[in-house]
Amino acid sequence: MRESSLWFWHIIAGAVIFVFLGLHMFIMHLESILGFLGLGYGGDVTSAQSVFMRSQQGFFMVTYIILLGAALYHGLYGFRNILFELSLSRTWEKIINWFFALGGLALFVYGTYVAVFIFLNPAAV
Amino acid sequence: MKVEVKHRKNKLGIMGWIGGGRFGAERYAYALHRLTGLGILAYFLLHIFVTGSRIGGHQSWESAMANFETPVFKFGEFLVFLAFAYHALNGLRLIITELGFMLGKAQRPVFPYVTSVHRQRPLFIGVMIVAAIIIIFGGADFYFI
Repeated sequence: MRESSLWFWHIIAGAVIFVFLGLHMFIMHLESILGFLGLGYGGDVTSAQSVFMRSQQGFFMVTYIILLGAALYHGLYGFRNILFELSLSRTWEKIINWFFALGGLALFVYGTYVAVFIFLNPAAV
Repeated sequence: MKVEVKHRKNKLGIMGWIGGGRFGAERYAYALHRLTGLGILAYFLLHIFVTGSRIGGHQSWESAMANFETPVFKFGEFLVFLAFAYHALNGLRLIITELGFMLGKAQRPVFPYVTSVHRQRPLFIGVMIVAAIIIIFGGADFYFI
């Protein structure tokens, strides 16, 4: 893929993360303030009950997967750019490209499997 | 036709992030954007595996979370929150300016010169104020409420 296309998707992924990670952060780290406004879940948001309740809702399952894919792409592509600026040899650039592409794909498959498994098997967990 | 681009060797390396010229505030914002990005990426990779422990059920999740219920990890998590607030708001500014907004119309370079960096500065200040407000609320949530 051309570098301009990779950069375009880096920006799109950033915008997607801005929305979904913003939502995630508000739910996880501003829950007391949301509670004051009557918008919170109530209780400890990291408790097993609260975490599994969210994981078994279709909206959260889908947004977790979108956020996972966007964040992996944005983060690994950004890290790759930082490394490439250090005037690496072409061989190192190829190694980094493959390592990040395969590593990112493996993490995406793992994270997606966890999210879908918990959503489809509420009794098993 | 594919054009092979030859880049000049980056002699300054990572030190170029913080030194190497008469840098304005935006240059340090750039360095901090990268630093916070790397911090968030490190946390995120760990986060994938920690949240993956959900697959083992309630007990597995609670034992995984028990490992992180120390003041050091709580402070580390707060640092990630700071990094998120900064990186997200500064990133929003970068997307807006990348798309050509908030830079004004092109004009002749007549003294006194007003560059696009100067034109976007109110946006830079605005997003930093919003980031500071989010950090204050997040800090209150982490430690006081």
